[in-house]
Amino acid sequence: MHEKTLTQLAAALKSGEFSSRELTAHFLQRIDKADGKLNSFISVTAEQALRQAEVADNARAAGKTGPLAGIPLALKDIFCTQGLKTSCGSKMLDNFIAPYNATVVEKLNAAGTISLGKTNMDEFAMGSSNESSYYGPVKNPWDLTAVPGGSSGGSAAAVAAGLVPAAMGTDTGGSIRQPAAFCGITGLKPTYGRVSRFGIIAYASSLDQAGPLARSAEDCAHLLGVIAGHDGRDSTSVARGVPDYVEGLNAPLSGLKIGLPKEYFGDGLDPEVEKAVREAVKVYESLGATVREVSLPHTHYAIPAYYVIAPAEASSNLSRYDGVRFGHRCDNPSDLIDLYKRSREEGFGEEVKRRILIGTHTLSEGFFDAYYTKAQQVRRLIRQDFLDAFEDVDVLMGPASPTPAFDLGAKKDPVSMYLQDIYTIAVNLAGIPGISVPAGFVGGRPVGLQILGTHFAEAQLLNVAHQFQQATDWHLQRPAFAEEYA
Amino acid sequence: MQWETVIGLEVHVQLATRSKIFSGASTAFGAEPNTQACAVDLGLPGVLPVLNEQAVAMAVQFGLAVHADIAEVSVFDRKNYFYPDLPKGYQTSQMYHPIVGPGEVEITLEDGSTKHIRIHHAHLEEDAGKSLHEDFHGMTGIDLNRAGTPLLEIVSEPDMRSAKEAAAYLKAIHSIVTYLGISDGNMAEGSMRCDVNVSVRPKGQEAFGTRAEIKNVNSFRFVERAIAFEVERQIELIEDGGSVVQETRLFDPDRDETRSMRTKEEANDYRYFPCPDLLPVVLDQAYLDHLRSQLPELPADKRERFQNELGLSAYDANVISASRDMAEFFEAVHSECGDAKQAANWVQGELSGALNRESLSIANSPISARQLGELISRVLDDTINGKAAKEVFQALWNGQGESADEVIEAKGLKQVTDTGAIEAMIDQVIADSPAQVAQYRDSEPEKRGKMIGYFVGQVMKASRGTANPQQVNGLLKEKLDALL
Amino acid sequence: MAIEDSHVRRAAHLARLAISDDQASGFVDDLSRIIDMVDQLQSIDTTGISPLSHPLDATQRLRADEVTETNQRDTFQRCAPAVENGLYLVPRVVE
Repeated sequence: MHEKTLTQLAAALKSGEFSSRELTAHFLQRIDKADGKLNSFISVTAEQALRQAEVADNARAAGKTGPLAGIPLALKDIFCTQGLKTSCGSKMLDNFIAPYNATVVEKLNAAGTISLGKTNMDEFAMGSSNESSYYGPVKNPWDLTAVPGGSSGGSAAAVAAGLVPAAMGTDTGGSIRQPAAFCGITGLKPTYGRVSRFGIIAYASSLDQAGPLARSAEDCAHLLGVIAGHDGRDSTSVARGVPDYVEGLNAPLSGLKIGLPKEYFGDGLDPEVEKAVREAVKVYESLGATVREVSLPHTHYAIPAYYVIAPAEASSNLSRYDGVRFGHRCDNPSDLIDLYKRSREEGFGEEVKRRILIGTHTLSEGFFDAYYTKAQQVRRLIRQDFLDAFEDVDVLMGPASPTPAFDLGAKKDPVSMYLQDIYTIAVNLAGIPGISVPAGFVGGRPVGLQILGTHFAEAQLLNVAHQFQQATDWHLQRPAFAEEYA
Repeated sequence: MQWETVIGLEVHVQLATRSKIFSGASTAFGAEPNTQACAVDLGLPGVLPVLNEQAVAMAVQFGLAVHADIAEVSVFDRKNYFYPDLPKGYQTSQMYHPIVGPGEVEITLEDGSTKHIRIHHAHLEEDAGKSLHEDFHGMTGIDLNRAGTPLLEIVSEPDMRSAKEAAAYLKAIHSIVTYLGISDGNMAEGSMRCDVNVSVRPKGQEAFGTRAEIKNVNSFRFVERAIAFEVERQIELIEDGGSVVQETRLFDPDRDETRSMRTKEEANDYRYFPCPDLLPVVLDQAYLDHLRSQLPELPADKRERFQNELGLSAYDANVISASRDMAEFFEAVHSECGDAKQAANWVQGELSGALNRESLSIANSPISARQLGELISRVLDDTINGKAAKEVFQALWNGQGESADEVIEAKGLKQVTDTGAIEAMIDQVIADSPAQVAQYRDSEPEKRGKMIGYFVGQVMKASRGTANPQQVNGLLKEKLDALL
Repeated sequence: MAIEDSHVRRAAHLARLAISDDQASGFVDDLSRIIDMVDQLQSIDTTGISPLSHPLDATQRLRADEVTETNQRDTFQRCAPAVENGLYLVPRVVE
């Protein structure tokens, strides 16, 4: 069962090949057997999942189900789930039971999908390796000595290991695309505002966006169709119709204009990764696409701009964790300041503190204009780079990450970790959608091809990715771990 | 040395929306603690703000009323600081692009003269919760019901030069917001709160002195008292060779003094930046035109009309126009009786007195404007005399009758103007008072005028107050003089 | 712009984070490297470029002024560390 894509699972459930309860129990058993090694889940909600599965089976028997009803999924532990622990990978929220569901969760529930549990993640989504989680690092199922990427590393690892057919993640600077690339699966970051942020614990509000991690572009298309759409509870969500993302998957690619940003193939790119990406581009040429080089001249300022904007927003977003209304509170505070300072010192990990400090510093008097205002100006230039490029080409392609998954513990210096996101981060600053699809292996570790489109071009990205997956089988490769341990 | 006082006010007005500025929680006053604080107000993880259209409309209405520029694009910023009554660790406010730009307000001083006070800007923001310092085992309790209530902060230029001007400005703002119906203006419940910036400078000097900010001065009276104390303190300080420190001070109404507040934060650095959860608010001309067309007549316009068209004194016009309820009551009384001066006298005199005695607002007056207007009409057409009018007023106030006519009828208060009937009563009184008549006759002619009062009183008593006093006077004089 | 110990301590205080001396020196190192990287921004001429706060040029939608929330105090306070009589408790605040 765990070999099937969502489309296949939906068909099997429909035909009665197995019930949702059986399917759910199968995945729960796999998690039970394998996740001790992987650490991809923070909580497994087996009872609730089986209950939901039964409801889905009954609904199916009564003839009242949508296409995804009864399919098990997992949620990054950044999505608020009513009555269940929602930790955001932090000690700060280790005791937090969310009193409401995120809009994404509501929509998935309404579609009849099952949640197996909450996946591990970098604390408050701040990280590119999943090593900043309070619940310990997640391992990459392709190589247990490698990181799965981050921050949606638990979601990516669980899908890659066949512990769940698909999972939800969030992407603020690459947090869906990079772990998808590292784990050899498909991950889509939609246009900013395409999916409601309500109930998603905020890291950097102007950059955060939720999306699916799955085994194929087709699976991502099914899931995006469920979670996309306007939400009155999120002022930044966009009131714009949701197209049928599945319908357009098979459109031919002849005449497709692909741009290769020259800045995405420069210094720092692993030559083997480059080779895999260029091979993938050749596949597109064989499908009738034309390829040209383009330039995104401000690419190298994306990481500096991001590390002003994201920490600034985060420093403010994380001020609510003060030990007063919810979350960790230190023992016996001597006074109010002590309550604040110790609760936050104890509740947050290193990387979160680092980003709070950078954000606080760059917003403070005397630095604001030089950093924050400047970064916002550069952000406009970065967005303009993309808009200019999309005047000439339909999609941009390049590597999702300069290297395949690196070893656990390899990146000790924060800046070298940040530089990992060189190809993904500008996309969030510009608000455009991006997808990472498996495109080969380097040293046994997967390589991701990143495809970018202009605002609200998700249907096109999914079509372009799907056609690649019709022509190649990289996305069908499974880590040995999936059979050995689970 | 001659000193000049320079005052600027920051007035926080709670807008009378049903729900909060960024959430659907109720803004009703006085609920059980934290029962009106929803997930957004509490700053729980993952929740997001959505702006209340009514808060925007109210801010714009205020801006239009003070002839301000309304920002085509306004932006919400976060003001970051930690305080237990501030759940998110930041207050959503408007620092750089406020919704209401420069405008002005006309104030009227006690002598009837007017002055224009410039508004620097007004911006929308969310209110904080409340800290309750009763003893919870040495802890402070936090109630967040008020958190997220929409506030319009109205910032004046430092254009006021006396405590009286400051109080007049505060009253003018109060009038405007209550006229517009954008706030209940209830200062006791904190619907309107005021921070006062005060400095002094030698008369003639152009540069401002160092100012102190006095926080939470929450009544018209306190504004005057706080400023008076603070001005005196600053002058004394400077004259003794010291200098004023820029600081925040708190007014203590019990001790009638201001004192330095221990600052909330030693080094304030609010790190304002645009709130990423909210988008720019864009208002178009059609929207502004629509709101402009809905504006009621404002206090300054009413005041002018009452003076110029209805002939009220500057004082009466100012007092009556200060409150929309009173102005509208007055206008209804006037339209019923047709005499503006009488209507003003009754509204400010008998009616206001009675309302004050029972602590009622004019909106809750037991006597309606129609009833009062009719009562005045009966005085004007000589149906009743002034004394009877007060009795009718009291009866209507107490609910003893639906209309003035009904009360007049029931109590037999209709004025007697029949000369024959009055003459008969006079004859009887003269017949019953031989001693007084003799005294009258024997008095010096110039003292007789005073003595006639006795006879008038007896006749009025005999008529149970209904005889027309002028007629009684005239006829009595004739008849007594005939006895000489 | 170089990061000094005083910057880190000031930011930590503003952000209400307790930090030991050891931690402070570690953060000075980390933040210095991050700020050095960020300082690349200073080399771009951004004269006349308006800052971009949101990736889409969207404007704020407004909500109807309706009370849609009901009292959920008990639910919300279930995850609160200290409450009494419906109030959240904090160490005494001195005004």
